[in-house]
Amino acid sequence: MARSATKDAQDLFHSLRSAYAATPTNLKIIDLYVIFAVLTAIMQVVYMAIVGSFPFNSFLSGVLSCVGTAVLAVCLRIQVNKENKEFKGTYHQNGLLLILFSAIWCSIW
Amino acid sequence: MAASEDSNPSKIRTAFGSVLSFFILILIGVLAFSIRIFSVIKYESVIHEFDPYFNYRVTQFLTKNGIYEFWNWFDDRTWYPLGRVIGGTVYPGLTLTAGSLWWLLNSINIPLSVETVCVFTAPIFSANAAWATYLLTKEVKGTGAGLTAAALLAMVPSYISRSVAGSYDNEAVAIFALIFTFYLYIKTLNTGSLFYAALNAIAYFYMVCSWGGYTFIINLIPMHVLLCIVTGRYSSRLYIAYAPLVVFGTLLAALVPVVGFNAVMTSEHFASFLVFIIIHVVALVYYIKGILSPNMFKVAVTFVVSVGLVVCCAVVAVLIALVASSPTKGWSGRSLSLLDPVLSQLSDIILLESFDRTYASKYIPIIASVSEHQPPTWPSYFMDINVLAFLVPAGIIACFLPLSDASSFVVLYIVTSVYFSGVMVRLMLVLAPAACILSGIALSEAFDVFTRSIKFQLPGFSEKFQIDAGDTTTSSSVVTQNDAAKTEKNEETLKERPSRKNRKKEKEHLEKTSVKSQIQKQLLVLPLEASVVAIFLLVLLGAFYVVHCVWAAAEAYSAPSIVLTSHSHDGLHVFDDFREAYAWLRHNTEVDDKVASWWDYGYQTTAMANRTVIVDNNTWNNTHIATVGTAMSSPEKAAWEIFNSLDVKYVLVVFGGLVGYPSDDINKFLWMVRIGGGVFPHIREPDYLYRIDSQATPTMLNCLMYKLSYFRFVETDGKGFDRVRRTEIGKKHFKLTHFEECVHYSPLDGSDIQTKTSKEQGPGKNKEIKIESKLHNQLKKKWKKKEESLAMKGNISS
Repeated sequence: MARSATKDAQDLFHSLRSAYAATPTNLKIIDLYVIFAVLTAIMQVVYMAIVGSFPFNSFLSGVLSCVGTAVLAVCLRIQVNKENKEFKGTYHQNGLLLILFSAIWCSIW
Repeated sequence: MAASEDSNPSKIRTAFGSVLSFFILILIGVLAFSIRIFSVIKYESVIHEFDPYFNYRVTQFLTKNGIYEFWNWFDDRTWYPLGRVIGGTVYPGLTLTAGSLWWLLNSINIPLSVETVCVFTAPIFSANAAWATYLLTKEVKGTGAGLTAAALLAMVPSYISRSVAGSYDNEAVAIFALIFTFYLYIKTLNTGSLFYAALNAIAYFYMVCSWGGYTFIINLIPMHVLLCIVTGRYSSRLYIAYAPLVVFGTLLAALVPVVGFNAVMTSEHFASFLVFIIIHVVALVYYIKGILSPNMFKVAVTFVVSVGLVVCCAVVAVLIALVASSPTKGWSGRSLSLLDPVLSQLSDIILLESFDRTYASKYIPIIASVSEHQPPTWPSYFMDINVLAFLVPAGIIACFLPLSDASSFVVLYIVTSVYFSGVMVRLMLVLAPAACILSGIALSEAFDVFTRSIKFQLPGFSEKFQIDAGDTTTSSSVVTQNDAAKTEKNEETLKERPSRKNRKKEKEHLEKTSVKSQIQKQLLVLPLEASVVAIFLLVLLGAFYVVHCVWAAAEAYSAPSIVLTSHSHDGLHVFDDFREAYAWLRHNTEVDDKVASWWDYGYQTTAMANRTVIVDNNTWNNTHIATVGTAMSSPEKAAWEIFNSLDVKYVLVVFGGLVGYPSDDINKFLWMVRIGGGVFPHIREPDYLYRIDSQATPTMLNCLMYKLSYFRFVETDGKGFDRVRRTEIGKKHFKLTHFEECVHYSPLDGSDIQTKTSKEQGPGKNKEIKIESKLHNQLKKKWKKKEESLAMKGNISS
């Protein structure tokens, strides 16, 4: 029972890995950016937990701007993804502009 | 080519349609503006009620001193001796809007005064709100429904009541912001464009600036997202519509000083964060489902569920412990009073009892005392939304055929706003746009069905029908899109199989489907006579609605409560007592004198009389209000000591027993006792019994409010008959020992009304200003000559 469970888990892991390797490179770059943004946000939370929450507004702005750029990057990924039938790929330029805007906007906070 | 020739008439038709709808929208805007200026025509261009005077004063300050001074303004003319931080406790949206409008007009050399801009801000923004309703309903159902909904909103009495010219209050701007935010949300949901998502966040920011009711948005939208997820309508557009809104909305909401850190710390916002997490989880699940095979996906699900269950239980336990440790469990008072009916209804079986025992009325009497916070009566629904009340269910049904994301949102909106309007009369205002949208949809669909029935049965139609169906493929594609019939889908699947075959054959298929659908539509028509009669009846319904709305706007909602009128056999009497009293204060007292009154009159006193007050309509400090309430309920000596400790020089009392004005301080006395007793336990309600006749308790007969109101009242008609309470007063002849009557105001209006001013100065004694309205009375003729001579000598300045 446990063996089949671990075997299942390993199979799952392998299939996930192989499926992910099949995604196009530009999507992988966006994913990396998202992970980077989320890690920054988590680092800020850990810092606040250690040092204390004063001044709270800087903590808030830092975390929310990181999460914000992560969310916008995910939106970009959704729109750029060729497999997504709802977006016909015409959003490529929009997406790039938006990611630039979000990077600037979120770093201002 | 045949296609282009036939597309021309349809192009012209669509062009004509858009021009027509543009003109209709302009007319709707003009209608919305003009129906609200009855008060300016009937009375004058003046600011109404109480709260608008505060907003007006703040706007004056803003225009005089600039925005940086405004953000840092500490007001020491109210809540003496505490003061009030205006910059941090006011919702700046309205004042900033009116201020920038004033600045814009002045910079292009249109010299309107601040007061004019303030008075007319509400009608302008109600026109904008009507256009926003058009945009929102167009996203849900189409242009026809949009125009109907906009026309309905321009006139709905509930919205008119809070946005007449002169009602310079937050809701005037906030309802526009609400509808516009909802429109941008639906637009983002329908298109999936990040541009609209950004606009949505900015519109939400404007809404947060304008009104405390923004919490409705930040809870309704997550509820809708949850509903879409649960009903299986998750799509990537939903993610794009929701996630940026939450993050940037919270960020921007935290910018507004009033909200500040409440944007992340109060329970009112937790729903949005919870759904934020949920939507990420759902997005991840869909993503993994997309890249895995079905077997592996099942394995993944079992694995995740077993691990997740353990983690969930731990997290929930921690959360409960955290929230239970805070006293009010994280909710603010008003939200609690709104939600408590739900909780108590769940526990109580009898529905009626729950409204009596809400949290607010037990523990925070101030919130319960405001008349706007009471639950509405049934007639007020018909007064405020009239015909829409029974068009709404039809609209809800129309939203289900077919159900889309946008129409499910509108249904959710109406259901929640109906609940909240049932708790608080003031929130009928939030119900009004929802009711208009749904009624617009219902009316538009009804008109659609009837006009189509008529069109299909017109004599010349059947020949045209053959030609139309044969030629145009574009119109058939439109028809195939609109029809939700199942046979349609079968035809489409048939089309997909011979995918690479003859284009001509596909065209024939399309034509066949169009003919079939047209035939199906024809079979759904109603008889011609019934349709004609039905259209006529619908138009009649609309006419009744319009008549009611205009009546409500003209008669019911246009009164500026600063000026009172009464009709008698002598004609129309206008009582301007309030403004005369404030003007007396302004001209006859020192600049630094403090005036004590019940909190209703605080804003008006600071704005018009320009004197420091003890408590005002902001009601942020319950203990301070309780102090004033206690003073009003105590005997003279105790009251004098309380007022002396607050440096009070003048006490303002409103009394309406002579003319029958029901909103005077004796009728509000109940709340003075309750609020005072809530903080100072020696004030007990049973001591008062709220009777002023001979059966009244001695505590009541000795309290300051009784004495100040009825001082020398018996001299007016010899018996002291109070017209509001409809009894003779208990104690008729008494003297004031610690207070002196200072001014006793009545309007001067021709020969009918008398003015009585008696001014006594005395060091170390407090003075009393009493506002009283008197109607001409036969018995009082003998006083007239004496009064006239006094009036010549005395100071009558208004």
